[in-house]
Amino acid sequence: MSSTLIRVENVTTAFGNNIVHDHVSCTVRHNEIYALLGGSGSGKSTLMREMILLEHPNSGTIEIFGHDLSTITPQEAFELRRSWGVLFQSGALYSSLTVGENIALLYKEYTTLSPNLIDELIRLKINLVGLPPHAAFLYPSELSGGMIKRAALARALALDPKLLFLDEPTSGLDPLSARQFDELILQLRDLLGLTVVMVTHDLDTIHHIVDRFVLLGDKKAIAEGTVEEVLNVDHPIVDYFFQKGSYGITR
Amino acid sequence: MQNIACASIEIIDKAGKTHIVCSGAWTIESLGALSGQFEHFHPTHELIWDLGAITAIDTAGVALWQNINESFQKQGYNPTIIHAKEEYIHLYNLLYSSPSNALTPPPLPSRLYRIGKAAYETYSGILAFIAFLGEAFILLFHTLRHPHLIRYRSIGAHILETGAKALPIIAISAFLIGVVVAYQSVVQLQKFGADIFIVDTIGISLTRELAPLITAIVVAGRSGSAFTAQIGTMKMTQEIDAMKTMGFDPFIFLVWPRVIALMIVMPLLIFFADMIGIFGGMVIAATQSHLSFSEFTHRLQGALALKHYLIGIIKGPFFAFLIAFVGTHRGFQVSMNTESIGQYTTKSVVNAIFLVIACDALFSVLLTELKL
Repeated sequence: MSSTLIRVENVTTAFGNNIVHDHVSCTVRHNEIYALLGGSGSGKSTLMREMILLEHPNSGTIEIFGHDLSTITPQEAFELRRSWGVLFQSGALYSSLTVGENIALLYKEYTTLSPNLIDELIRLKINLVGLPPHAAFLYPSELSGGMIKRAALARALALDPKLLFLDEPTSGLDPLSARQFDELILQLRDLLGLTVVMVTHDLDTIHHIVDRFVLLGDKKAIAEGTVEEVLNVDHPIVDYFFQKGSYGITR
Repeated sequence: MQNIACASIEIIDKAGKTHIVCSGAWTIESLGALSGQFEHFHPTHELIWDLGAITAIDTAGVALWQNINESFQKQGYNPTIIHAKEEYIHLYNLLYSSPSNALTPPPLPSRLYRIGKAAYETYSGILAFIAFLGEAFILLFHTLRHPHLIRYRSIGAHILETGAKALPIIAISAFLIGVVVAYQSVVQLQKFGADIFIVDTIGISLTRELAPLITAIVVAGRSGSAFTAQIGTMKMTQEIDAMKTMGFDPFIFLVWPRVIALMIVMPLLIFFADMIGIFGGMVIAATQSHLSFSEFTHRLQGALALKHYLIGIIKGPFFAFLIAFVGTHRGFQVSMNTESIGQYTTKSVVNAIFLVIACDALFSVLLTELKL
């Protein structure tokens, strides 16, 4: 299918004797918000790290934009890295640079835009993610947890990537900020034509903005699809995650 | 991937109006050529933006368009827009919906302010160090009254780390210092036929001044920096906070074991440096002025008074105290960013070496005045 953007097939990962993924497969389609869901230690962050070329699976293939990550050339890898933005769980802002400089770094390295326009873009991105304008001159150590998330999102969006990876974007945010963050991601997806892949535990996020997701557990991909599709799968981990019967979805 | 047409602008005058026809992909990769193009364009007619031929636009494209449009508005024109697709308008509204605040950096403080600030920081830094020492000694007396709190295992581990493992580098440094001093002295002494005084020169200068100093400098670079980095990392990962909440005092668990270990180890290291340094001198004396090892040692017994050796050894704990306290104190000052750990490690070594030299000078003056 031409609209497939990321294809993960039979990926097996092991750290020493500890098997993390045992033939995991999933697909992310163009322009959707896709989530990797699973309990602690289910390997969802590892799967994302494999997608963004930080780690390599022991076997199996991962294809992004039609490039097989195991046979990719350094030049293709470079272009691929430029075409996505990554938001790390703890922000990973460069602590020796201000928020503005963190964003400007990408423009200065990769574009020939004029300094004026770069300033304007920094202002726009900071405004876009809901930070106050003076945040551009603050260092990451002077920001609160929620502001760091937003600043890191602004940096991830700097080069207008087509693909956005978010590692637990709403963890550590208060419920209201988390919903605002969700809303923002939804808007960006619609307006910028983004494809979003996120690791999350947040069931509200899953219900409100995620189109499709994969549930990882027991080293396998237990279920994949929309919330309705996954709820139809009969598996103890699905029951555990969505607390079937107790409260919530299947009233 | 399809070939993307670069962003471009064409200006067409039509029926008394200036059409600005934009085409191509207004995306970040293809904007570079465009950004300077409008600096020298001064419109003379009513302006119309024709956005119909744009194939793609992203936030950078919108920002550039906004920049150009604003410059027209400043010149008193109010361009109309035609053929804009709905998604462009949505994107524009997303970016420019809230009132725009210009990005103005906070003003730089005046020179006088900065000098004052630096002076005040130095002053408060010294006060903080004194407070640190004070707190450390309160806890030392507390531990002395409750000896079960003394961290013997930790002290042992630090003795191994800062003492035993430092032997090779101290051996090499001391040997070379012995060689250098002997070499230079032999050349001068031979002019007077006073070769034998090489023994006095080496014996006294090494044991009294050079061995303690070189040992302290090596230890400051090796262990002082390690103390700062270790404690700084623990501060950054909130381990120190965790210790405090569990009632483990950082002074008892982290500072004093390091200080005491270094104070025990330093005199031993100086003694070791004495031996190796004198041996280095002996090698040069034997090769350059044919003074055999046995003659050298025989002469050394007469030339080297015990007091010189003891003065050198006595300095050890003082130097160790300064190095360990500066190292640990700087570690606690590390703040929550990765750069500060390097900053404070550098500061720790520089301060420690300075204090060691200052302390050595003080000893030198004091002991000479005391006729020792």
